[in-house]
Amino acid sequence: MILPTDQFPPTQKPSESVSGVTVRLAGDSGDGMQLLGTQLTNTSALSGNDVATFPDFPAEIRAPRGTRAGVSGFQVQFSAEEIFTPGDGLDALVCMNPAALTTNLTDLKKSGILIVNSDSFEAKDLKLAKLEESPLEDGTTDPYRTIHVPMTKLTRGAVESTGLSTKFADRCKNFFAMGLVFWLYGRDVEPTLRFIDNKFGKKAPEVAEANRLALKAGWNYGETTEDFASTYQVSAAELKKGNYKNVMGNQALAWGLISAAKLSDKDLFLGSYPITPASDILHELSKHKNFGVRTFQAEDEIAAVCSAIGAAFGGSMAVTTSSGPGIALKGEGMGLGLMLELPMIIIDVQRGGPSTGLPTKTEQSDLLMAMYGRNGESPLPVVAAQSPADCFRTAIEAWQIATRYMIPVMILSDGYIANGAEPWRIPEVDSLPKIPVSHPAGQKQNGEPFLPYKRDENLARPWAIPGTEGLMHRVGGLEKEDGTGNVSYDPDNHQHMVETRANKVAKAAEFLDPLEVDGPDSGTLVLSWGGTYGSCRTAVKACQENGKSVAHAHLRWINPFPRNLGEVLKRYDNVLIPELNTGQLRLIIRNEFLVDAKGFNKIKGKPFSVTELVEAIEAIA
Amino acid sequence: MSTELPVLKAKDFESDQDVRWCPGCGDYSILAQMKKVLADIGAKKESTVFVSGIGCSSRFPYYMDTYGMHSIHGRAPAFATGLKSTRPELDVWVITGDGDALSIGGNHLVHVIRRNLDINIVLFNNSIYGLTKGQYSPTSKIGKVTKSTPRGSIDHPLNPLSIAIAAEGTFVARSVDTNIKHLCETFKRAHAHKGTSFVEVYQNCNVFNDGIWDYAKDKKTKDQSTVVLEHGKPLVYDNGTKGIRLNGFQPEIVELDGNVAVDDLLFHNEKETQPHLANVLARMRFPEFPEPIGVFRAVERPTYDEGINQQVEEAQAEQGVGDLAKLYAAGDTWTV
Ligand SMILES: Cc1ncc(C[n+]2csc(CCOP(=O)(O)OP(=O)(O)O)c2C)c(N)n1
Ligand code: SF4
Ligand SMILES: [Mg+2]
Repeated sequence: MILPTDQFPPTQKPSESVSGVTVRLAGDSGDGMQLLGTQLTNTSALSGNDVATFPDFPAEIRAPRGTRAGVSGFQVQFSAEEIFTPGDGLDALVCMNPAALTTNLTDLKKSGILIVNSDSFEAKDLKLAKLEESPLEDGTTDPYRTIHVPMTKLTRGAVESTGLSTKFADRCKNFFAMGLVFWLYGRDVEPTLRFIDNKFGKKAPEVAEANRLALKAGWNYGETTEDFASTYQVSAAELKKGNYKNVMGNQALAWGLISAAKLSDKDLFLGSYPITPASDILHELSKHKNFGVRTFQAEDEIAAVCSAIGAAFGGSMAVTTSSGPGIALKGEGMGLGLMLELPMIIIDVQRGGPSTGLPTKTEQSDLLMAMYGRNGESPLPVVAAQSPADCFRTAIEAWQIATRYMIPVMILSDGYIANGAEPWRIPEVDSLPKIPVSHPAGQKQNGEPFLPYKRDENLARPWAIPGTEGLMHRVGGLEKEDGTGNVSYDPDNHQHMVETRANKVAKAAEFLDPLEVDGPDSGTLVLSWGGTYGSCRTAVKACQENGKSVAHAHLRWINPFPRNLGEVLKRYDNVLIPELNTGQLRLIIRNEFLVDAKGFNKIKGKPFSVTELVEAIEAIA
Repeated sequence: MSTELPVLKAKDFESDQDVRWCPGCGDYSILAQMKKVLADIGAKKESTVFVSGIGCSSRFPYYMDTYGMHSIHGRAPAFATGLKSTRPELDVWVITGDGDALSIGGNHLVHVIRRNLDINIVLFNNSIYGLTKGQYSPTSKIGKVTKSTPRGSIDHPLNPLSIAIAAEGTFVARSVDTNIKHLCETFKRAHAHKGTSFVEVYQNCNVFNDGIWDYAKDKKTKDQSTVVLEHGKPLVYDNGTKGIRLNGFQPEIVELDGNVAVDDLLFHNEKETQPHLANVLARMRFPEFPEPIGVFRAVERPTYDEGINQQVEEAQAEQGVGDLAKLYAAGDTWTV
């Protein structure tokens, strides 16, 4: 269809140019805030802004309506400059009900824009949010530029012509809010109109029409109401030249895995059991079977990891994905993977723990489990992705290490980067590294026994796969004799094998990039890892601008550490390690380098804000 | 000139590792029959894989000169699933024990059977934990005195075949370690079946549970205490003097003394799609009944490995073989 973009004329009101904006959309989990947020992010990215997002939703699918527990939020920062976080203080906050307002208002900057659906502040709504008085009337919203919009009424009126029942009409409210926000920031409606058409155009044309009408009503409301004197303009960011696409962490991980499989000429096998926030990797991979991807939804996480090992034995690129509780179950299997010296990838998308913990909230508290959470001496390479787009590169690197050293590799992601989005510079396929993988060829059995544990210069053993003539061999979890792979209880051999497995991990440092440091060679070093990259980088920059001697280094590989880490650490008087846990990396760093590193630790299920990091750094710098 | 491949003998399937089971263990016989069967069916060493869990029985792969994986306790079906799904052309056997398959691995066993992965599972049932030196197992009878049950077991036992049938197993059979001919025949049929073949083998652990299957093994008693199942034939045993008749859903023993016609007996139909009858047979236990030996059920159903690979082929036929550049460019992109 021809999209009715002409029904959204540019504003006649004055437009103020700003370098960047942080908006949060908050409502009931049934209000469609995640959809609104994704659309706003998408159109902003397409217009050339740098973007970063932070969706935040309850663990329950339909948490009690109207309650504080049921509030679902989506924050996005879009900017004309390069950004690394979804922003701290909000420039604008959209609240669809009193519960959303109460739980989010403190993050709005003083004199920031507060848009509320004034129709949802009735006595019953206040009661659901456990409020005595309406925050719209008791002075709570006084410090802000509050705009009361009777969204329910206006949306019902706008979609009346479609004949939808009030129940369905009310579902279009998020599109009304979207129209208003798009108008306020001069966003292009075309991608959203296309989205509506693709999603509902054929299946439910009246719903498509209603959403378009609501979007338009919101847009027009902005233009007509006297509450807004002007709009805002955010121009395109100066990103590196290239083609871009907006990606979420889990999607980028899945694409990185698919790419790694192609680059090594392997078929990909995923064994997985659904768990928040990792399931989207399973969903995404399941869509791409034409890449030779086989996905197996196992009966539990143990079967998931074991099936992956079975596939690795057969010669596939094997992957298993989960979050903390599932990784705990996989421990024994991962140890076997290490003993068998087969390449595979284990992904832990971390969430708040322990136990079921905070399924939809972010945390970095599985680092020690990834490093040490298996029986026996069982070190595995561990790499942590630093941002949504970085997940792509991480998957490829992990597979490079896994195949080069014949070892299972752990990837750590977290809920924040798994669901967060940012622009990804699409690589030229030819620029991606080929990943050489080979299997020994068959041979006649002529008395010379095949040695399944004979090692190459990387200590890797040959990846001989079933079906190959003459290379029949047995693998297993019992300690094996180096070379022959036969079961061995010999004391010296055991020590040798434990050391050899550890040496493989250590050797990987030769292949990996050294640590880069951003900032001066002395003073304070902020050492971060994983998903806190963006906030730490932004905070250090702010401190540097404040004239402090602060440098930033970010670890992606934690096992092995970059080969120059010890030398970098020595240069600084202070080392500060901010983590979303009680100090797990700090424990390792202090142990390994005898450095008196300080911690800045937050365990609230939330990412760091830049402001709190700046305060923490400046307190010691 | 002949181009025939050299024919492998049973001995060719023997690995160079010393067998470490206790002398007299029933596992020896099962190992010997397996080698013989593989030779008889013309199996290729390189295309055959034995996957096992942990237990005395699970040491089995080390003794076969094929590919093998001695994995972790209870999970062999899961390893086999990953292997067979990605390499459907391989012949995959799972070797497991009663503890391995039914206790720690119960979950995986049920799921692999219901998915009907095209593999052969051989459960060595010695009704005891052998490797850990003699604790009772999920198939041990109530009252069983072992190291961990000095006052007798109070756990109601599981019936392995009932579990396999409840999971809608497409091939369910029982045999006995020393009944060499029957065991070989059963392995051959299991191998020929497409889908999960589940074979329970009564295995003697002469160290921790000696003699529990004597009634089914001993030449003097086995005719009275077992009934051999044959497709399309009536259930007759004890030298043709007794038979099994169905009374409603209940089996009953009848004397074939001329008053009961053979036609009135229960005729075995392994191809019956409904699992009820197979379960009636599975629940016939000694000493109340003779225990059925043979193939309880052999029906057809699509296999998991076929399905998972077919979806890949269909996706490639419909969407074309995956292309990275196309993948990256799909959806909304912009240029800077
Ligand atoms: C996770 C784990 N738990 C416990 C054990 C100890 N274990 C080894 S074999 C076994 C039981 C074996 O019994 P069964 O499967 O009947 O095999 P059998 O030795 O009788 O052939 C146990 C409990 C183990 N190896 N791994
Ligand atoms: S303990 Fe029992 S099952 Fe294990 S090897 Fe000895 S006899 Fe066989
Ligand atoms: Mg046993």
